[in-house]
Amino acid sequence: MTFYGVIFYLLAIVVLVSTLLAITRRQVVHAVVYLILSFVTTALLFYLLGAPFLAVLEVMIYAGAIMVLFLFVVMTVRLEPQEGTKGETLRQWLPAIVLSFISFSVGGILIFETPTSRLVLNTAVATPMAFGHYLFKSYWFPVEIVSFLLLIGLVGALYLGRQESKPSREKGENPS
Amino acid sequence: MIVPYGNVLLLAVTLFFVGAVCAVARRNLLMILIGVEVMLNAAGLALVGASLKWQSLDGQVFVLFIFAVAASEVAVGLALIVYLQRRTGSVNADHYHRMKG
Repeated sequence: MTFYGVIFYLLAIVVLVSTLLAITRRQVVHAVVYLILSFVTTALLFYLLGAPFLAVLEVMIYAGAIMVLFLFVVMTVRLEPQEGTKGETLRQWLPAIVLSFISFSVGGILIFETPTSRLVLNTAVATPMAFGHYLFKSYWFPVEIVSFLLLIGLVGALYLGRQESKPSREKGENPS
Repeated sequence: MIVPYGNVLLLAVTLFFVGAVCAVARRNLLMILIGVEVMLNAAGLALVGASLKWQSLDGQVFVLFIFAVAASEVAVGLALIVYLQRRTGSVNADHYHRMKG
């Protein structure tokens, strides 16, 4: 096993364990903090696989922006602390785990039956400059569409998050 | 020399199904969104590995688009959660049963 291989497996273990810890936490804040660790480690994996620009973006967008947004919403929203009794928890986790495990096993078998998946990857680096040239030479139109998507997301979030000022709107509500 | 491409793909598939379990099994709306984020991240990892395998930048460009989609998705999703919490006072998916006969 080469030096880079050892680094890959270490990072893979960290990513898997922190994600598993994140999805099993009862407190959403703990889950978000574990997920930040998972995303930063994924950024290191991106760097190892030759995408330094995407590694920086992963830290900025996922670990920075999205997770901070989650933390703000966790602070805004009132959360119920529990998710049900023991048997109820088992009843909702067991089918999900069994079905996912079946799909995962089939996917793993398919991956390792493919002969080209045994080929060892060589190290290579796509510099940010080469990446930017390629992006705006070949994919300038999708970039414009994606910028529209971000704008629409912004407008939608602002529309949904506005305060209802008129008290007459509150009449039809019955909070559960 | 890093690792075989199959190992990168296997890690991505594992992460994807971990996120899927989270999105299916949890009842908290915030945890469901977190599961979707983990799934998108796993898809990005698979694409970066593919980009290295075929020595082509297309995979990395797609990861950039996945980032944009994930950011706008989480903005709208969290705004919906805040809106629902304001209307019904709960973020548990089991509590939305107003249309139940």
